[in-house]
Amino acid sequence: MSASILIVDDSTSIRVAIRMALTGAGYTVSEAADGAQGLSKASGSRFDMIITDLNMPNMDGLSMIRALRKNPAQCGTPILFLTTESEDAMKQQAKAAGATGWLVKPFVPEQLIRVVRKVLGR
Amino acid sequence: MSQNDPVAAFRVEAGEVLEQVEQGLLDLGHRLDDHELIDAVFRGLHTLKGSGAMFGFDALASFTHHCETAFDRVRKNLTPATPQLIAVILSAQDHMRALIEGDATDRKAEGDAILAKLQAALDGAPAPTPEAPPVLQGWRLSLRLPPEAMQNGINPLALLDELRTLGDCRIVVRTDQVPPLAELVPTECHVGWDIEVRGAVSRDDLEDVLIFVLDDLDLQIEAIGDTSCDDVEDAAPPPGAGTTPSALPPARVDTMPPAQDRDPATTPNGRGAPKTGESVRVPAERLDLLMDRVGELVIVQSRLSQLAHSSGSNATDVALRSISEEIERLASELRDTVMVLRMVPVATLFGRFRRLVHDIARDTGKTIELSTDGETTEVDKTVIERLADPLIHLIRNACDHGIEPPEGRLAAGKPEVGQVRLSARQEGGEVVITIRDDGHGIDRERVRAKAEAHGLLQPGQVVSDQELLQMIFHPGFSTAPQITSLSGRGVGMDVVKRTIESLRGTIEVASVSGQGSAMSLRIPLTLAIIDGLLIRVGDGRYVIPLAVVEECIELSLEEDLRSRGRSFITLRDRLVPFVRLREMFATGTKPSVHQKIVIIATGTERVGLVVDQIIGSHQTVIKPMSAVHCNVPTFAGATILGDGGVALILDVVQLVALGQHQEERLRAVA
Amino acid sequence: MTMEDTTETQWDEDGRLEVLTFDLQAEKFAVEAVLVREILDLLPETVVPGADRLVASVANFRGKIIPIADLRLAFGLPSAESTMDSRIVVVELDVDGVPTQIGIRTDKVHEVATLHRDASETPPTVGLRWRRDFIRELVRTPQGVIVLANIARIFDPLLGGRATPAVLAPALL
Repeated sequence: MSASILIVDDSTSIRVAIRMALTGAGYTVSEAADGAQGLSKASGSRFDMIITDLNMPNMDGLSMIRALRKNPAQCGTPILFLTTESEDAMKQQAKAAGATGWLVKPFVPEQLIRVVRKVLGR
Repeated sequence: MSQNDPVAAFRVEAGEVLEQVEQGLLDLGHRLDDHELIDAVFRGLHTLKGSGAMFGFDALASFTHHCETAFDRVRKNLTPATPQLIAVILSAQDHMRALIEGDATDRKAEGDAILAKLQAALDGAPAPTPEAPPVLQGWRLSLRLPPEAMQNGINPLALLDELRTLGDCRIVVRTDQVPPLAELVPTECHVGWDIEVRGAVSRDDLEDVLIFVLDDLDLQIEAIGDTSCDDVEDAAPPPGAGTTPSALPPARVDTMPPAQDRDPATTPNGRGAPKTGESVRVPAERLDLLMDRVGELVIVQSRLSQLAHSSGSNATDVALRSISEEIERLASELRDTVMVLRMVPVATLFGRFRRLVHDIARDTGKTIELSTDGETTEVDKTVIERLADPLIHLIRNACDHGIEPPEGRLAAGKPEVGQVRLSARQEGGEVVITIRDDGHGIDRERVRAKAEAHGLLQPGQVVSDQELLQMIFHPGFSTAPQITSLSGRGVGMDVVKRTIESLRGTIEVASVSGQGSAMSLRIPLTLAIIDGLLIRVGDGRYVIPLAVVEECIELSLEEDLRSRGRSFITLRDRLVPFVRLREMFATGTKPSVHQKIVIIATGTERVGLVVDQIIGSHQTVIKPMSAVHCNVPTFAGATILGDGGVALILDVVQLVALGQHQEERLRAVA
Repeated sequence: MTMEDTTETQWDEDGRLEVLTFDLQAEKFAVEAVLVREILDLLPETVVPGADRLVASVANFRGKIIPIADLRLAFGLPSAESTMDSRIVVVELDVDGVPTQIGIRTDKVHEVATLHRDASETPPTVGLRWRRDFIRELVRTPQGVIVLANIARIFDPLLGGRATPAVLAPALL
């Protein structure tokens, strides 16, 4: 059974790009366009992993991660966040909020798959 | 196949055990002191003996008993495994196979002869020499995760599995900090691990595995050298919690079984791990029926999805949308599960070939080694069976005509042992199987001469290298200077090509004179339901299989006008030909203001398709086109959309070929 | 791929044949009733770029993709707009043992009628407006002459494999 991954990003092209890479590797993908949608989707169904941007309207990534971790049902779900090279301080903040790992933008599909496989274990 | 006939069932299972024993013996031939292999072979023989006796195969049982006894002596280190011993037991396999098949001929004489040889092999064996312990390098780690690590999505077992891929691991759990039950928090990580990793592992490799936890980890690393003087390196200081430094308990080692079934780290001869565990046999037709049902479900779900997304925004509508997406996800998972049921790893095919090469080598007096790669690559069950014969023929060819005899090889400065390499991988929507040999390659002069003699080419006619090489697939074409008994006249090549084409695949030839050749078979994974990208060109909607889509880029109207007469774009320093689907389909409509180029790739070829709109992704149930449309090359089928409309599925192989022709034509003109 | 091309019209022992009659451009045509699977209202059609003009589009017929044929092209009649009376007649042919459905666009469908062999004439070799091999019989009825079309023959070139030309004979276009 393929793992299901939620992508949260306000950029359509990033969502499509990530979706293409992940479905090509056999994962099932759902999307949300901002933190609020992401929170609502994740509360409604169980995902095997969540990949999120940090800068989004309506609810940013950090707030969403914090809110997700408050929900006992989301305990243990790996959350990856997207970050640019220069945002080193963000990494600490995001980890403190409860994120599992990160992926540096821009990335090529192979890198994404590698990190996803590593964190998911499948 | 009757499930109720135990004898029939035994025959099938015995056949499988025999195959495993054969593989084990062939591997053992390369690694004579591998005790795991010896154990495995012994167990197989033991099983055959036992179950043979149970189902009334007495001849088999008593014969196998002798082989088992011989191997038991090897297992207990009373006799070493010698090539001679292995060869005898390999020859015994065919005898055992015949006994299992149970024809009426009296095989006692045959059996006795083999047993006599077996005895001779055992008697002549020298005493075993003790093994010198290997000298290894590696690392010793002691690590402990912060308590909240698991809540934050870190999977410690996955980390340990990753460490195992780096090298031989011995892992010991440390439970010294586990609180009493009343205080235990199940979602917190209370254990630590002491790990010894042996192998060519760098510190960077270790840090790579631990990258996401490195900052918060309580970690101590020391290198294992081959002297007793070790370098002790300390990791980043632990944030606050003090821990006892690791004193590795020397005696107790506990390797935990891997949590999941991973791709086996392949040894040079890439033996696929035999799969244990329960399984159920299902007739293929039932799987087809199941696939059809799933296909219908996907179509209906897509109608539900359409309905849900066109509804309003009150609470019921939102709930409907949520349910619709949930069902879409479940349908997709169901689809994946069912498809996987029909897929079989190519290892089942590759296994047969090792014996084949072994026998050919023996018969021709050459030394040939077959290595395999990617045996876990999976292919649909029906396709696998039809690939067997073509592959056998190609391997025979490589061994027979490709690899030179030992003297020839040495004279050419090559190692005496010829290499034939069989590899499989999935690429986009295809499976690519390659047979490589390091023989003397295809003699183009001879091919040319033969082609001209057959009237396939005019003298002096210019053809591309690939076209010349493809001539070897013409019927009656054999450039072998002499006909050998093994591959016959080489008439098989045209049959090989036709078989591959009947699977809608292609066969590519590459060859370097003096160095070897490579034959690549590309077979599409004809999956009945695929992930597709739904696009619009003019008034029609079409589907592109998502597996081949690399990326999508914008094409503004100005750029479109500017590139009239040119059909290339530069994509990251590479020229990619593109095709304007609107023109190709003669839609007669105006281009959209926001055209997109969808870059698709098969293998190493790329082409861009200019479309008016990318509508989105779509679970596509492939429906065949009607017979009257079999002449239309660009479409591989059709699908029914959520609104009941029809979208045609683009045949990417054709489109890429079209793009290439365009490119060649323009190059020729330029 | 080959098709059964029984050039003999399958009259029954009393010299009768059940047919479905329909209009194409004010001409009356017929097909053997045994070939007809269904009569439908017009379906939404999807164009197949690159297909032969005779079967330029397909439609979703109960989850199956079937070609929609414009028989006017086979008989050299000008194409015209569909009307309220237009119907699709789904016929089924046997192609190498596989039942294959094709939808034929008609201007108006009449009833199932019985044709009589006595009233039929073999088409003349000269002076015929239409391609002779596409016609099985010309039958005189009180309503006028009915053209019994040879459906198998009309679609044969498209089903005959890759060697057949994709374009119909020039006389028809």
